[in-house]
Amino acid sequence: MSKPKFVYVTYIRATPEKVWEALTKADLTEKYWFGYRVSAEGKPGDYMTAVSPAGRQAHHDPILESDPPRRLVYAWKPLYKDIPQEPPSRVIFELEPAKGQTRLIVTHDEFDEGSKIFEMISKGWPAVLSSLKSFIETGRGLEPSWTEEESKRAVQA
Amino acid sequence: MDAVFRALADASRRELLDRLRAENGQTLSDLCTRLDMTRQAVSKHLAILEEANLVATVRRGREKLHYLNPVPIHEIGERWIGKFERSRLQALSDMKKILEARDE
Repeated sequence: MSKPKFVYVTYIRATPEKVWEALTKADLTEKYWFGYRVSAEGKPGDYMTAVSPAGRQAHHDPILESDPPRRLVYAWKPLYKDIPQEPPSRVIFELEPAKGQTRLIVTHDEFDEGSKIFEMISKGWPAVLSSLKSFIETGRGLEPSWTEEESKRAVQA
Repeated sequence: MDAVFRALADASRRELLDRLRAENGQTLSDLCTRLDMTRQAVSKHLAILEEANLVATVRRGREKLHYLNPVPIHEIGERWIGKFERSRLQALSDMKKILEARDE
């Protein structure tokens, strides 16, 4: 088993049910995931899909585990143009109730040895998770904070 | 947020975060081998960093792996750096890096 590349943790003032909804419903992700419509409501064997703000498909990845509202696992293979061809990696969301808040742990692992995609996305998760927290707690997501190059990629995706 | 600033206010703890940034997912022993600190001191600093949510840990078998968790620092950035300042700050920071590299 390879070591996870990233482990991100954030505490959100909401129930795991509410955080789960925000992670899996496209109408909600659109408001904080920088315009991306990410849908992951299905069962294992169904697909997580993500559509970029420009309306292009950015992900079509199998859901590997789904245990609402505690654990969600899907494969991760961006479909952007000009992205290196690599086998899919894996994203794990764990939601734990913690003193009236939800402790959300995002682990991204199973990257290929020497993965380029890993370097490209390393800034993405902290931005998405901060925006998710802000969206759930205040009703508003954050402005995209990634670089121009990354936004260009998102538009071209 | 107080816990984050308190945790960051110590040079040894910032060094531990630098080490994790260079190589994520290290054990306590990994971190101790390259540091001029006792194992107890490193362990105590890691506990403070974990309490502030700047370090996340994962158990793998008998090992405990430590990860830099940048989310709270990102939140601090979002609080005081506006959308429009970001690209100007990035440009300034790039310029500083280029000019300083040239001086070396």
